[in-house]
Amino acid sequence: MMPELSLNILDVAKNSVTAGATLIQIGVTADTAADQLKISITDNGCGMDEQTVRRVTDPFYTTRTTRKVGLGVPFFKMAAEMTGGSFAIDSRPGEGTAVRAVFGLRHIDRMPMGDLAASFCTLLQPNPEVDFVLTYAVDDHGFTIDTREYRAVLEGLSLGEPEVLAFIAEQIREGMRECGGGV
Amino acid sequence: MKSIAELKALRDQMQAKMNVRDSEDGSIRVVVGMATCGIAAGARPVLNAFVEEINKRGLKNVTVTQTGCLGVCRLEPMVEVMMPGEEKVTYVKLTAEMVPTIVASHLVNKQVVKEYTIGAAE
Ligand SMILES: Nc1ncnc2c1ncn2[C@@H]1O[C@H](COP(=O)(O)OP(=O)(O)OP(=O)(O)O)[C@@H](O)[C@H]1O
Repeated sequence: MMPELSLNILDVAKNSVTAGATLIQIGVTADTAADQLKISITDNGCGMDEQTVRRVTDPFYTTRTTRKVGLGVPFFKMAAEMTGGSFAIDSRPGEGTAVRAVFGLRHIDRMPMGDLAASFCTLLQPNPEVDFVLTYAVDDHGFTIDTREYRAVLEGLSLGEPEVLAFIAEQIREGMRECGGGV
Repeated sequence: MKSIAELKALRDQMQAKMNVRDSEDGSIRVVVGMATCGIAAGARPVLNAFVEEINKRGLKNVTVTQTGCLGVCRLEPMVEVMMPGEEKVTYVKLTAEMVPTIVASHLVNKQVVKEYTIGAAE
């Protein structure tokens, strides 16, 4: 299991990179009144057929024993279901994939978000050519980080430069603080 | 939140620095295992510690990259260091606290930190 939900996000979003996505959108939305935390990772990568989705979601379901099964997606699913939440993958070959998890926000077994800024920058670091959008909201407060906006300003300087990553991380941390400390 | 104007200022600063160091290449490679097993074991803070420490010391000849599973999940977080003309060194069970020692000793002074290597762990 992952000790932080932001590590699940990192792990699952890495699959989107591997799938050749050029745009990966990460959504984190907390609704305190509904006692819900929603996390989504949406990409425009190669997508999966139905059988692959089943295989990826359930490591014990397999049609071909030669294929390696990962644990990234099952971990994320388990983390959500443990909190009375839900999990779904919606994928279309050639179009992309959306992974959606719903958590019981105050459920005792819900893992903390952890260092989302560090996880996001760990995604950017080796993939400066991929665009990422992070949308974060707690009730009525929220912010969006869109690497396409930074790219326009950076004039060819890489998003993976340590100074740029530190800037983005600080921006996320500030944004989370402005949302009442985040979730 | 920080503004786009601040990012522009940062860009100008960095562009000025770039011109100075331009031709140096990333001939030393630090490869961090970032599959599910590595991430769960704590690879993210290790990776970030390498990026920060290398940047702090201004080492322009080192590139930090990420890879999948390095093969021995129970020894994660694992990191491989590749230097030109030397055999690959594999560090195991790393924490962020161990990283400055590896950067100073191995990357700067070419002295492998033996007690952190796979040879010492096995
Ligand atoms: N967003 C996606 N788009 C396309 N294929 C995907 C996507 N997510 C997962 N997959 C497929 O599912 C496989 C398994 O994913 P999973 O996260 O479970 O494991 P992994 O990351 O490959 O391995 P590990 O657990 O060792 O990190 C991937 O290798 C890929 O084939």
